[in-house]
Amino acid sequence: MNRLNRDQMAARVARDIPEGAYVNLGIGLPTKVANYLPAEREIFMQSENGLLGMGPAPAPGEEDWELINAGKQAVTLLTGGCFFHHADSFAMMRGGHLDICVLGAFQVSVHGDLANWHTGEPDAIPAVGGAMDLAIGAKQTFVMMELLTKQGESKLVENCTYPLTGLGCVSRVYTDLAVFDLGPSGARVVEMVEGLDIEELRRITGLDLAFTKAAEPV
Amino acid sequence: MIDKAIDGAAAAVADIHDGASVMIGGFGTAGMPDELIDALIARGVGDLTIINNNAGNGEHGVAALIREGRVHKIVCSFPRQSDSHHFDAAYRAGKIELELVPQGNLAARIQAAGSGLGAIFTPTGYGTLLAEGKEVREIDGKYYVLEYPIQADFALIKAHKGDRWGNLVFRKTARNFGPIMAMAAKTTIAQVSAIVPLGEIDPEVVVTPGIFVQRVVAIAPAQIAVAA
Repeated sequence: MNRLNRDQMAARVARDIPEGAYVNLGIGLPTKVANYLPAEREIFMQSENGLLGMGPAPAPGEEDWELINAGKQAVTLLTGGCFFHHADSFAMMRGGHLDICVLGAFQVSVHGDLANWHTGEPDAIPAVGGAMDLAIGAKQTFVMMELLTKQGESKLVENCTYPLTGLGCVSRVYTDLAVFDLGPSGARVVEMVEGLDIEELRRITGLDLAFTKAAEPV
Repeated sequence: MIDKAIDGAAAAVADIHDGASVMIGGFGTAGMPDELIDALIARGVGDLTIINNNAGNGEHGVAALIREGRVHKIVCSFPRQSDSHHFDAAYRAGKIELELVPQGNLAARIQAAGSGLGAIFTPTGYGTLLAEGKEVREIDGKYYVLEYPIQADFALIKAHKGDRWGNLVFRKTARNFGPIMAMAAKTTIAQVSAIVPLGEIDPEVVVTPGIFVQRVVAIAPAQIAVAA
């Protein structure tokens, strides 16, 4: 089957981000989505450390270490962008002003519970950052992840076994094999890669996935 | 004449005492008041409670305070980073207490303290480990967690320019926690790149009004080239 690589996944997420959206891309894999947003589409990128209208990385040598993103990498500000303090930044999330956030995950449950901050291992040093605020604050929370772990276990699960980041907060999951919509009634397959069928997807996830014939190839 | 300008970082932090709670601005190194922290380390005080988004990067700032064994407890959202080795070592050795707070709750609790609120109900963290044992209330069909304000004896922040009344403007993403920490501490000490005459900062663009700032110290930026 035509498993998507990480750049193809990012391009797929980018297709669903409309003009005018206020968007926060989480650290790690979701950051790649920015590379696939068409230049003619005006989208407002938010970074929780206090900027709206974030632009791409500066040219080497042009870094300003007082102009960074949440991953502490040097970025630029687009014309029309602005700065604000942390309380305003998180009010943008919690207050329901941010349209979309895209996050990575360890696990997502079919009802939209998210686990992405802590493995729960006793010797792990916990760190949460803005993950919990983002997950429950944005109008829509998308997750972008490989569907299976390296051991072949599904990361889309009936119930998360890792410590939770937020309850019922994820509305859509983009993976290398399929796209899922989540909600109180469970997971529904929206798209699958070519060469994959619903029975195989049900087998590898172990989940009772809803499916309508309209589901298209990714 | 009111003049909040203090000559030198050492004088600015001279009354920070053993056991004090100290908010320190900065997100990573952006907005971290390194010179004030160096002066605090030089004072030799310890048993401090530090409130910062992180738990130090590399060898400077909060990382240096932890390395020197001055920090009893840290309140932060994201301690573990690629270069947080001094925190990691102290934490694993049981030498530092950690209160982990989601970043938005950290900001909201600091702002609540500065605003005189008794507590906040926040949706962030509901149903997670970080809300265990805390009071939950259902309001209009949604669940919220009771969280208390975070205040401090001192705040050390870094701004771009200030004047002798303590009005401040910040620079780019170095603003981060500075304005809300300034509100939440009994004594706020701001290091600025330049102290300018009263009136030179456009009153329409003052970010932190001087009422929230007790001391201003001019420290020429050493490592970071500041664009005009």
